[in-house]
Order: sequence, then C-alpha cells, then structure tokens
Amino acid sequence: MTEATIAPAARRRPRITLGRVLLYVLLAVGALIMVFPFIWTIVTSITPGATLTTTPRLIPENPSLSPYLELFSRVPFGRVILNSLLIAVVSTLLQLVTSAMAAYVFARMPFRGRGAIFVLYLATMMIPFQVLIVPLFAEMKTLGLINTYLGAILPTIASAFGVFLLRQAMSTVPYDLDQAATLDGAGHFRIFFQIMLPLVRPALATLAVFAFLNTWNSFLWPLIILRDPLMQTLPVALSSLQGQYSTQWDVLMAGSVVSIIPMFALYVFAQKYIVQGVAGTGLK
Amino acid sequence: MTTLTLRSAGADAATPPRATGRRRPPKGKRLKYALTVAVFLLPSLIPLLAFVIGPMISAAWTSLHSWNLIGPMQWVGLDNYAHLLTDPQTQQAFLHTIYYIVGYLPLVYVGGLGLALALNAKLRGRALLRGAYFLPVITSWVVVALVWRWLLSPSNGVVNGVLGWFGIAGPGWWSDPAWAMPSIIFASAWKDLGFVMVILLAGLQSINPDLYEAAELDGAGWWRRLFGVTLPLLSPSTFFVVVLSLINGFQVFDQVYVMTGGGPNNSSQVVVQQVYDLTFRYGQAGAASALSWMLFFVILVVTLIQFYGQRRWVNYD
Repeated sequence: MTEATIAPAARRRPRITLGRVLLYVLLAVGALIMVFPFIWTIVTSITPGATLTTTPRLIPENPSLSPYLELFSRVPFGRVILNSLLIAVVSTLLQLVTSAMAAYVFARMPFRGRGAIFVLYLATMMIPFQVLIVPLFAEMKTLGLINTYLGAILPTIASAFGVFLLRQAMSTVPYDLDQAATLDGAGHFRIFFQIMLPLVRPALATLAVFAFLNTWNSFLWPLIILRDPLMQTLPVALSSLQGQYSTQWDVLMAGSVVSIIPMFALYVFAQKYIVQGVAGTGLK
Repeated sequence: MTTLTLRSAGADAATPPRATGRRRPPKGKRLKYALTVAVFLLPSLIPLLAFVIGPMISAAWTSLHSWNLIGPMQWVGLDNYAHLLTDPQTQQAFLHTIYYIVGYLPLVYVGGLGLALALNAKLRGRALLRGAYFLPVITSWVVVALVWRWLLSPSNGVVNGVLGWFGIAGPGWWSDPAWAMPSIIFASAWKDLGFVMVILLAGLQSINPDLYEAAELDGAGWWRRLFGVTLPLLSPSTFFVVVLSLINGFQVFDQVYVMTGGGPNNSSQVVVQQVYDLTFRYGQAGAASALSWMLFFVILVVTLIQFYGQRRWVNYD
C-alpha cells in the first residue's frame, strides 16, 4: 500500500505508484463482488417470468418493466410506501433525539450509578427479539395500539445502539471545549446543543442511516402489529408476494429494487456528513 | 454482581479530569444537576423500560413455566434451565454460535479497517466505491441469501467454477455439514463489511490531521503511523465495533434461517435459531424464554469483560 492511503493529512499531490494501481484494482474487483448481487436483482426484476432454476444471466433476454407494473397492481403500493416512510422517518428522528440526549449524560454528566444504568441500556440489546414478541404484543393489546402506527413506532424510538454509538463519539471530544464554554457561563443544555451536537455530526449522520435502515427493513414486528393490509410496510407487503401464488421472482426482485432505492438515496446524502469530519467543525 | 463492579465497568474514561477531590456542590445545585440528568435520560429510558425491559422480565417469568402459547401456563420452576443445561443440542447450538463469532469477527474487522483506510485516502471515485461497498448492508438478507446460495452452489455455482479453473475441486458449501458454517460466515462478513467501514470511517474522520504531519516529520513510516497514531485514536470506534459485533454475533439468526435453516444435519444450528424453533415449531415458549435468558447472561458477561478490559487499550480524548 502507498503512503497516501492512510491519511487525511496527505495533502501533497498523489503520485502514481505501483502500489496505488494495485490498490485501485483490488478495490474495483472488491466493489464488483459487492455490487454483483444488486445487478443480478435488477436484471431479474426486468426479466418477466424469471425463475431461479434457470442459470442467472447478466443480460436479460426480453427486458421489460412489466414485473414493476404487476408489483404496483398486486399491492396498494403508494399506501405501503407511505406507511414505511412515515414509520421509518418518525422513528429515525426520535431515535436521534433520544440517543443524543442520553449519550451526553453517559459522556459528560457523571453521577453515582451511571455505569449501572449504561449497562442496563446495553442489556436491552442482548436478548433475542423473537422471545420479546409475545409479551410485547400482549402489552400493545392492553394499550389498544394493535394496527396503529404508534404501536409500530413506539418500541423503536429509543435505541441502545444509538446511545452507545454517540457516547463513543462524544467521549472523544476534548474536555477543553466544554470547560471553556462553562467558564463563559454556558450550562449543559448550551454545551449539548452548541458544542456536542455540531462536533459529533458524522456520528449523528451514521446513526441516521442505520436507524432508518433498521426500521425500513424491519419485518417481524410490523408483520405482527400491523394486521390490516392498508397498514402494511414494504417488507411485509413484499413477503406476502412470496408464495401467494408460488413465488414470482421477477415481481419479488422488482419489490427489492424499489425498497433499496430510498435507503441508498439516504446513504448517498448522509455520506457527505459522515465524512465531513474535523474540517467542517472548527475542532483543530 | 455488586454495584461496585457495575460502576467501574461503565464509568471508564467518561469521567472528566480533575473531577476527583472536588467538594460537594450545594444542595440547590445538586438538585438542578439531577433534574438535568433526568431530562436528558428519561426520553430514552422510559421507552426502553416499557418496551424492552418490561417484556424481558415477562419472558423471565415465562421461562419458569411450561407453556405452548395457547393453553394455560404451568409452573415448573427451574426445570427448563436444568434441562437445557444438559441438553446436547443446546450445547451444540452454543458451540456453533461461538464458531460463527470466531470466524466472522476477525474477517469483518480487518476487512472493514482496510476498506476504511483505503477509502479515507484521496482516491478518485472514492464516493462511488464507498457506495458500492455499502450496498450489501442495505440489501435484505432474503436477497443476499438467495444470491449466495447460488454463488456457492456445489454443482453450478460461480465460486466452484472459478476454483475449477485452478484445478481445485470446491467443497459442497452450504450442503456440506463441514462447510455450512463457513458459508454463512463468508456471506455475513461480505454483507457487514460496509457497516464496519462506515463506523471506522466516521472514527478516522475525527482524527486530527496534524498528528499525522507530526508523525511524518518524526520519520514514521506507513506501518508506524498505523499502529502509533491511527489504531490508538480509532480505539473508541474499534471498541464499539467489537462490542456490538459480539452482541449481534451471539444472536446470529436471519442469515442462518434463510441460508441453511440450521442444517444440513443441524451443523449450522445456532442459539437463536433454536429459540425460534422452540417457540414457533415445537410450541415450547417456556423453554425458549429460558434459552433466551441463558444467552442473555452469556452476552452480558462477555460484554462486561470487554468494558473491564477497555481501559487497557481504549483511548478516549
């Protein structure tokens, strides 16, 4: 590998070396392996009547968008996408807020028993969700939240993953910054909003991507809590295509493509912030 | 577990310097501090208590019963646990899960680190490359598993085809008990590389570039800078990736369920797959809850050990 691979510090002009060329080749081959299944998904989605027993080909025989049309006629698609978007957006926003606030306490506000509470947060990630479904469903029934957006969203608004991710990011912010702010008379709220949040923007963007990803792709809980077909989310609607009349792979793959697009758009958008880093934050 | 161990396990580096030896602040100030803590903490603590910890406790209660999800619960005390502890299938499932973690974690971390380093440098088209490596992360396991089952197909799969060019007879992959778990490990590492890459990239971005210049002026080469600057300063992100990968690795399920269903011959049966089978195939919700709590306990111990060990190698501030 070349010297230039390591550093944002490499400000000099990159030289063309053998190592650099090798790196490019390696990265490109790797990227092809990564993208291949996705290309295959797209090709299958425009090959009407595609089956999985035939050898997959990368150039479709009679490409057509009819699988997409069939997809849109099979499920109330507009409504389903709207359901998914609503749940994912609301849940992501709430997760960002609740996680950042808790992370600030775990990074900056010591008190007796804080370590134990942090372990309690982490513990919520340690039990398989499969075993929580039955009691959680019973709880939602008592609350009268079956078949409601609220019932789908509520269990996802707090995330130990998010708290942990942001705590790690906030822990690396130098204390000098908040000490200076404290001397200026700033309280915790101002330090949180004006120093911490801008400085951990890359981590916030990362969390936004993963929070959205998780709720957008979430299958088991929406399947159980949202019974009405008009309330269904995208993954649940897609799964109902599977086996309804023996699986139509072209239609299913069209659905997969549609479900990946918003996710990918968000990632491309957030990437700017994820990699913005030190340069834009005044921390130097 | 005493409060003391928990405190020191979580208190770690997030305590401000010079906090020790400070006098106790006056009462009004302490009350305000406590209120501030509450305002920051409760928006996440309340939902977690209501929708995760509550159901967890409920599952603990279920684990002391025999219950088929429909009929009445029958009290059996600790029988479920006693049975599982001696059950060879459960022991196998734990061993397979550990096998998965041991194979998966180094692969995904070293790969993700290499990618993050390469794609953090000024390369033409790096945004495109980052996007490409992230695609598997956002693709559903159903699609990924289908593709990998085909790629690794023993008779007409691409992988064995390529191996054939070099005169190597490829194994049966997911249809061979010896290769089912490695197949799952490869597919999982492939899918999660982009996740690790993004976390580590965010970490790399927050490293002060001046440090590299200083190291370079001192004549440090690429490897010296990697081990002397990058890895120590990346340690909070590494710690996060390792802790999280272990927590998730012990609960590996989706890929097993869609790729092998635990087979062939139970050779890739993992703990959560067994929780699933116990609940939804055999109607033994009590035993499933007990197994979940055993798994919980194992993960908790492993995580606490890591938090203990972190002050030896994790560098905050």
